[in-house]
Parts: sequence; structure tokens; C-alpha cells
Amino acid sequence: MKVFVKRGTEVQQFEVPRQPSQTVLDVVTYIQRVLDPTLAYRYACRVGMCGSCAMMVNDVPRWTCRTHVNKVAAGDRLEIAPLRNLPVIRDLVVDMREFFDKWARAKGEFRGRQTKDDDFAPVKPQSAPRQLADAGIECIGCGVCYAACDVVKWNADYLGPAALNRAWTLVNDVRDRARLDRLRAVSGDAGCHACHSHVSCTERCPKHLSPTASIAGLKRAVAKAVLQGDL
Amino acid sequence: MSYKTQAALWLLQRASAAVLGVCVVVHLFTIIYAVRGGLTSAEILERTRGSVGWFAFYSLFVLAVTIHVPIGLRSICTEWLHWRGRSRDFALLLFAAFVAWAGMHAVLAVYI
Repeated sequence: MKVFVKRGTEVQQFEVPRQPSQTVLDVVTYIQRVLDPTLAYRYACRVGMCGSCAMMVNDVPRWTCRTHVNKVAAGDRLEIAPLRNLPVIRDLVVDMREFFDKWARAKGEFRGRQTKDDDFAPVKPQSAPRQLADAGIECIGCGVCYAACDVVKWNADYLGPAALNRAWTLVNDVRDRARLDRLRAVSGDAGCHACHSHVSCTERCPKHLSPTASIAGLKRAVAKAVLQGDL
Repeated sequence: MSYKTQAALWLLQRASAAVLGVCVVVHLFTIIYAVRGGLTSAEILERTRGSVGWFAFYSLFVLAVTIHVPIGLRSICTEWLHWRGRSRDFALLLFAAFVAWAGMHAVLAVYI
């Protein structure tokens, strides 16, 4: 198969043998180990847990370790590039700082009420807020949604689908005490109100989460807080 | 601009969109009904002149457009033109004033 790898401003072509059950990460690893050891790329777990191997594959952001070549190769051709919307460090490695800084800006950290001396907080798994939180909790931070989002491309300040999805899970965590602070952090032009509901994040999320639904939830929560005079 | 104002703008745009949805449907059905058997300016004026109901309806229509369009243009200015800050908001306020003036000018022209 012909593989075209974007390296800076250049595109380098490689010839990689097809294998059964071959993933895109297998292809990149083959290139680095056999054809060109200078190729830089990032991966860790290889089983879809760590979220570090996301790349653009034929112009679509994907987790490469769980993406089979058979499903994405157009004919016998594969184009691999670094994730969109993030600065490139080298070859296929992007700088994820901006992505995770935005999680911090969206107040993506849990702030509990209780101390270690308190008993466990009872949270019923079937309660409505917990169900909403659970729907978005499995994010692995791969950055696929961030690369898929057009609003991120147009508006550099936009927090992005992953950070907002994280905020939504915490807004629905009954143990958290920073709800209003978080709603303030995710409001406005850089926050949930900038989302146009293009649904690209939901379309591409490898964990089949729906950041679009989370962002819509934040919009409703912020609107309610503004109308009630809480914000 | 404060997050509260930005959130309020979002709410206003959604609320004005809901009003516009109803207004556009009423407006279109009125056109379809009115053009049966031809349409003349005299017929239109006969219906609208002195009619408080139509005056109120089209005033509401103009108000909804005045709110909705500049808020939408604000996003377009930010995302496509990378135009932000006070100059953008001030220009859009002027544009909103123009839309309100032009709209009410037309409404009054067929009412009086």
C-alpha cells in the first residue's frame, strides 16, 4: 500500500505491506521501525485507552491504534498527518498543551465538599444527574473531537468539545461544589455559546460520546442560572 | 463583555428565533392567501392601513429581526473576519439601529 505521511511542509511517500487486521498505528510503527527511524509519532497503550495516538487519517481525525486499515484505506492509499487545530512539534506529534490548558480554563478539575474524615458520598447510579455525567465520563482526552471541530479552527479561544464535555460531567456531579464557577467559565464567546452544533465532535469521537449533547446541556444550565439570577 | 451579557445575548437570539419562526410562517401564509386572484398595492394597503393588529404583528417581526440578525452577525464577524472587541459590537449596534429604523419605516408606510 502507498502511505503518504505529512512531515512539516513535505509529504513523504512510503510503501508498506498490507497485513490482516492491520491498524493505522501498525503502519506508522512499520515505517518508523523498518523504513525511516527518524519519523516522530506518539503512542502508548495501543488498545484505545490512553488517547495519545490520534492523527489525521485520510483527512479525518482518528485514534490510530483502533482504526483498521481495511476500513479507511481509499483503494491502496493512506494519507497520515498530525491532528488538525493543534501546533505540530514534529512530524505526527502535536503539542497538546493548549488542548489540556483549556480543560483547566473550563474548570475541569473536581472540587469536592468533603474531607477524608467524612463518610462516602452516596450517589445513586440511576439518578438523573449521575446518568448525564456517566454519558460523558469515558473521554480519553485523545483530541479527535478538537481536531474535528470547525469552531476551534475559526475561534482560537474556543474551549473545544472535550473541555466542555468534561465541565458538563462535573456540573452533573452532585459532590462538586464549584458548579457556578464552572458555569461562568464555560459561558460566552469562548465557551459553550460559541458551539454551532455541527456535531463533528460527536461524529468522530472514538468512544462514541456526544460532546454536542454535553455542550447543549451546558447552554441550558447557563441559561437557567442567568434567568434565576445565580450567575 | 461580561459572561452574563454573552449568555443573555445567546438567550435573546434563541428567543428571537422562536418569534421569527412564527412570524415567517404567518407572513408567508398571508402572502399565499393574498395573491390569490392577483395582487395590487391598493389591496395590500386596504388590509394594512389603520390595522392595529398588522401594525403590532410587523412591529414584533421587526423587533425580532433587530435582535436576531446582529447577534448572528457577531459570531460571523468573530469567526470569519476575526473582528472582535468594542469596535465590532459598536458597529453591530449601529447596524441594529439601522435595521430597526428601516423595518419600522416600512411598517409605518403601510399603516398610516
